[in-house]
Amino acid sequence: MSTINLAVNGQSVSGEVEPRTLLVEFLREQLRLTGTHVGCDTSQCGACVVMVDGKSVKSCTMLAVMADGCDVTTIEGLADGADLHPMQQAFMDNHGLQCGFCTPGMVMSGLDIVNRHGNDLDAATVRRELNGNICRCTGYQNIVKAIRAGAKAMGD
Amino acid sequence: MQENGIGASVRRKEDQRFLLGKGRYTDDINVAGQTCAVFVRSPHAHAVIEGIDAEAAGAAPGVVAVLTGEDLAADGIGPLICGVQVTSDDGKPHRAPAHPALALGKVNYVGDHVAVVIAETLAQARDAAELVEVNYRPLPAVASTADAAGEGQQQIHEEAPNNICFNWPFGDKEANDEAFAGAHKVSSIELVNNRMVTNPMEPRAALGEYNSGTEEITLHLTTQNPHVHRLVLAAFNQLAPEHKLRVVGPDVGGGFGAKIFVYAEELVVGWACRKVNRPVKWTADRTEAFMSDAHGRDHVARAEMALDENGKFLAMRVHTIANLGAYLSTFATMVPSYLYAFLFAGQYATPLIYSEVKAVFTNTAPVDASRGAGRPEATYLLERLVDVCAADMGLDPAEIRRRNFIPKDAFPYQTPVVQCYDSGDYEAALDKAMELADYGGFEARAAEAKDRGKLRGIGFSSYVEACGIAPSAAVGQLGGGVGLWESAQVRFNPTGNVQVFTGTHSHGQGHETTFAQLVCDQLGVPFENIEVIHGDTAKTQFGMGTYGSRSLAVGGVAIAKACDKLIAKGKKIAAHAMEAAEGDIEFAGGNYTVAGTDKSMNIAEVAFNAYVPHSYPEGVEPGFDENAFFDPMNFSFPAGTHICEVEVDPSTGEVEIVDYTAVDDFGKLVNPMIVEGQVHGGIVHGIGQALLEGCHYDADGQLVTASYMDYAMPRADNAPDFRVDYAPTDPPHNPLGVKGCGEAGAIGAPPAVINAIANAIGAKHVEMPATPETVWRACQAAV
Repeated sequence: MSTINLAVNGQSVSGEVEPRTLLVEFLREQLRLTGTHVGCDTSQCGACVVMVDGKSVKSCTMLAVMADGCDVTTIEGLADGADLHPMQQAFMDNHGLQCGFCTPGMVMSGLDIVNRHGNDLDAATVRRELNGNICRCTGYQNIVKAIRAGAKAMGD
Repeated sequence: MQENGIGASVRRKEDQRFLLGKGRYTDDINVAGQTCAVFVRSPHAHAVIEGIDAEAAGAAPGVVAVLTGEDLAADGIGPLICGVQVTSDDGKPHRAPAHPALALGKVNYVGDHVAVVIAETLAQARDAAELVEVNYRPLPAVASTADAAGEGQQQIHEEAPNNICFNWPFGDKEANDEAFAGAHKVSSIELVNNRMVTNPMEPRAALGEYNSGTEEITLHLTTQNPHVHRLVLAAFNQLAPEHKLRVVGPDVGGGFGAKIFVYAEELVVGWACRKVNRPVKWTADRTEAFMSDAHGRDHVARAEMALDENGKFLAMRVHTIANLGAYLSTFATMVPSYLYAFLFAGQYATPLIYSEVKAVFTNTAPVDASRGAGRPEATYLLERLVDVCAADMGLDPAEIRRRNFIPKDAFPYQTPVVQCYDSGDYEAALDKAMELADYGGFEARAAEAKDRGKLRGIGFSSYVEACGIAPSAAVGQLGGGVGLWESAQVRFNPTGNVQVFTGTHSHGQGHETTFAQLVCDQLGVPFENIEVIHGDTAKTQFGMGTYGSRSLAVGGVAIAKACDKLIAKGKKIAAHAMEAAEGDIEFAGGNYTVAGTDKSMNIAEVAFNAYVPHSYPEGVEPGFDENAFFDPMNFSFPAGTHICEVEVDPSTGEVEIVDYTAVDDFGKLVNPMIVEGQVHGGIVHGIGQALLEGCHYDADGQLVTASYMDYAMPRADNAPDFRVDYAPTDPPHNPLGVKGCGEAGAIGAPPAVINAIANAIGAKHVEMPATPETVWRACQAAV
């Protein structure tokens, strides 16, 4: 077992983990932050995307020990109480979610797209950048719309 | 109309919790003392189990129990069932081999359940599962749909000679043969409807808790129909008496059919939590989902159409082999029979239809309903055949459809395949779709694409589907083991807010919003004061759940009926309170008014009076809380025309969908935003089948596509923005005027896409999934 110390959603946390413990297991099982989901075993679906030191990471593909000393943000860390982050609000306003399972990863990936491409996003860029996130419900059109609107709102 | 009532694109109530990460899916739930279950699964497609040595596993760190099929049988837990009977051509019921939840002496597909290991942690359970030694004697496997019933094939089940579950002929063969003999032309097509893995994004999961004090089992499941699960587990599997079993479907991350069925893991978790007297949790990983979720489609078919000299359809005949997998899943027999052949009329006035379906067992995962269930298979076959007919007759694909449409004044229209369509205007949808897609401008677009080295094609799909599922009497006559009505309870609390209990289940469809809109509209209660509750057998009355696009068309009507009862009761209470005759009371916009006066009383005040009945009409019961059930008179028949435009790169075979138009008839829309989202999702599901998705077993029955590395799911850049519009008609038998919209896209899209590709490259047919390799080969053959 190893001890890790990290910041999650702005709070210092520590935990005892096995070397094989994945970051997503640490978040879900130990911190009980169950907003981050696991949809596959091969780093394809993106339901587990979180931010680590400001960059999007598939938390099923990172060991918890690798997050020692890092600053992690999950879907639970975006809103201010019940006031949604502009990206979350854009998903609601544009019906960018149905069953909600892929949604946390989609929102986090959306934020990462904004970080790398700015606030004025065209649809083709968003569609290409979402290659690491799978949604079975929405057909993506409203997710693309939501991310573009969220990006714009973040710049306003 | 209320501001947030019927017809308003209200933002969804569900979204806040999902966006905050506060959804509560089965795997998110953890309880004190919980153990973890891991299943030992067969690596062989077909093998005899000669022995299981669980000693080392049982002694491994953290292991609580290792349980096998013999333990399950010893406790009297029954096998899994199939709930719909199909009569085979020998007059006997379909063959139904025993389906033990844990194997008894034999495994029949890769992923079949051999044992379950229960341990303190998931890692310990996984480690111990690897220590279970199973001595297999492999047998030859049957993996091919087309060959499963062939000469000399390996027998899978003693009860099913030649691996045949049923042979099911339907229609007047003689009259059909006569029509074919006299036809001007016969067009035909042979095709495969590719096997799909349904793939809701949340893997299946189960959490079982046993209370030895009350002898109750509580099962949290990834289910689309908690009461159906409870009924089957209690009545057929003897897990526990129905009143001692609680099934909860909390937030469920998509279903698309795959979470209707009662699965081995669910039964085993429910049984094991009592056996070890500890809570037991199991969550599938994605490879387990690929191996053991019920799959969809998997047909091999040949269809022919007899035509007259004007391109009118005279008769149609279809021969289908349908793969049901190794065992019968819960509704498996219904899918390639009643949900398939009864759709062969499509939108056309074809007078004669004859169909033969041979359903076969193979050493593959069970096959059952998957978004559309039988109707995508029927529509793909028919709409591909219609395009072949158009080519054979030298007719425009739109024109041959128009010539054969059931005219709008012919409804109700009795098809030759049981279904009686209640309403529709197929030409209106076709016209609107052609206008939106600028069909007239296609030639110019194709010429422009040719200059860029691309082959541009356009494809039509005019579909009709039967959903709502169903009138109970019709389902019973067909051999279904359940009634298919829906229930609702609408309860005012004393403070005037409303709780709506529905027997349907929402796993992405947004019922909490749509149903609240219905109630808001009807009762005039503010939208924010209405809460919709579903998915817990301890909270809601018995209900049939959500599948077949039935929730609004059946469940919504039950809610409306309960509201009607409240309004009627409220009139008596309001009349008494306002000292007027009941006949003088009018109800509108949430207020009871004495006609011709300004005397008025809000329904919330009436509710309060009902709970505090100090001054109250004689003979009226206290309380303001009504139940209703609705059993529809008929299926509902959504329909529409989809037009897809593709560009093919002949040098690589790559297909790009450059334009897509959908014009659908769903009747009245309650929340247009949600409906459009359902259409988008359905179309991409259909595009997935047409271009990307194919579940593949090799000749030995090994599952080759068992992860997202091998099975291509549609992603954001596989489709353009869609043009979605509507051409509604009013279904006379549905009190809300609604038809259902959840499956239409998955039904309409595959033939639209393949027809467009065939049109682009000048080929008669291209099999799904139309991967670059498949299309490139077809381009070479067409040159």
